[in-house]
Amino acid sequence: MKRRLIPLLLAALLLASLLSLIAGKVWIAPAAMLAGDERWAIIAELRLPRMLLAVIVGGGLGLAGAAMQGYLRNPLADPGLFGVSAGAALGAVLAIFFGLSATPYVLSACALAGAGAAMALLAALAGHSGSIIVFTLGGVVISSLAGALTALVISLAPTPFATGQIVNWLMGALTDRSWNDVLVAAPLMALGAIILAGTARALDALTLGEAAARSLGVNPSRLQWQVIIGVGLIVGASVAAAGVIGFIGLIVPHLVRPFTRRNPSSVLLPSALGGALLLVVADAAVRAAPTVSELRVGIAMSLLGGPFFLALLLRLRRKLA
Amino acid sequence: MLAARDLVLKLGGAPALAGVSAAIAPGQITAIIGPNGAGKSSLLACLAGLQRVAAGQVTLDDAPVLKLDPRQRARRIGFLPQVAEVNWDIDVETLVALGRLPHRSAPAADAAAITAAMAATDCAGLAGRVVSSLSGGERARVLLARVLAGQPDYLLADEPLANLDPGHQLDTIACLRAAADAGTGVAIVLHDLALAAQIADQLVLLHNGQVAANGTAAQVLTGPNVAKVYGIDIQVEHQPDGRLHLMVKGRSQRG
Repeated sequence: MKRRLIPLLLAALLLASLLSLIAGKVWIAPAAMLAGDERWAIIAELRLPRMLLAVIVGGGLGLAGAAMQGYLRNPLADPGLFGVSAGAALGAVLAIFFGLSATPYVLSACALAGAGAAMALLAALAGHSGSIIVFTLGGVVISSLAGALTALVISLAPTPFATGQIVNWLMGALTDRSWNDVLVAAPLMALGAIILAGTARALDALTLGEAAARSLGVNPSRLQWQVIIGVGLIVGASVAAAGVIGFIGLIVPHLVRPFTRRNPSSVLLPSALGGALLLVVADAAVRAAPTVSELRVGIAMSLLGGPFFLALLLRLRRKLA
Repeated sequence: MLAARDLVLKLGGAPALAGVSAAIAPGQITAIIGPNGAGKSSLLACLAGLQRVAAGQVTLDDAPVLKLDPRQRARRIGFLPQVAEVNWDIDVETLVALGRLPHRSAPAADAAAITAAMAATDCAGLAGRVVSSLSGGERARVLLARVLAGQPDYLLADEPLANLDPGHQLDTIACLRAAADAGTGVAIVLHDLALAAQIADQLVLLHNGQVAANGTAAQVLTGPNVAKVYGIDIQVEHQPDGRLHLMVKGRSQRG
């Protein structure tokens, strides 16, 4: 199982991605794709970019979650803890508030600026200490501050329409995304993923605690920079593209960990593949579900994640009791 | 030679080390002893290159240890922390393999070093077990195997015998002795004076962040030294094999 996990996940992801192109309010049989059917436009312009976005956002969030859990040595850590996702959301909400969201790229740029500001603030707070406690507390403070500012912006929204638009956006969705969104998100995600892949050995060393990791040649402040920038790029780009989609970073590393050697580096790639798989499936499901207006995938993930988290806590409690 | 010269270290404003010099020689076991708070762990962390100092420096073959590339330093100095922390429930072989992280050598070389380290610590039978299923003694052996797998020139261990029963203490001592006989410079922090007298080639006795005495057991573990540093009276017997036999008689009369 341990050796076959990655090929299995890859095969499942490939299959799910292809099937997700078929699924939706309009079902399109695979034969129609080849036969010059006019519904091909639905596939090429709507479902293909949406599917690719689900792959990179889900994969990125899974990877970022696995890296965060490894770095904080805590199975309950989540990229949302970090403040970057709240910062990106604030940036996007401000763009909508000032009516800039209709212009292409502006919403993405504002979300990325918000993520960048949160990253810079966190780096300044954590400083050169490389201390994990300061890092965690800094993330929590930034997260709640950005959350408060977002609430303030919502309460000051000029029209109920703007309020609705902001709230709707915050829920996270992949509806009506275009190739532009893919082109903005993909390079940033790829860069973040490369940076996080570079932390694998250091995260493994941290298994033995900070002192042992340093004695194994890990530079804690360098590692902290890598984690801040890597997770920041991924989470920032994913919020810019799809709004806030929670729980993937928390759930997926848990699901795959028992099938790996359990050291942080062996959880990274399976988490990325598992995250992509989960979001592709969830997004296809909300698209195909017979609801009047499409269920936001961010809400669907939270509906799935809440009970999962509860079950996790119950199991932990039983283990401790 | 791994040498500390005139180290001054302040932790949270309080002086932890106040001008400590000590040397760890290849092929020998050096025991760092002293009462709680004397600065033993601080000295060990400084020797391992994990601690910035206010003054003085640690040199590894005459190169300042803090200026070495961290990975290069990690290949030469192995460090076993006092707290046996393992955060994920990994299997023993994966854990021991962590000792190879600084090397990035060929997989065959890594595998050979890991196998040798596990054999030396009698862990070969534990390879597939997960950490949470190990007893305290097994865990201590596995963590020692992790350091040995890195094949360091200097092995620094902070209280490697704490929480071990006498049998496992002897096993661990035999491991450290074998490493020293193979040329490794071994430095360990110890609390048990009788054990220190038996196993150490060199002793460094710390008191309030300063070196109260150093040298062989016979030079360091004298009645007056021990009375001054620990506030206890001991009886020292010189054995025919040259070893010391130590017995604690009780608290010395103060005043």
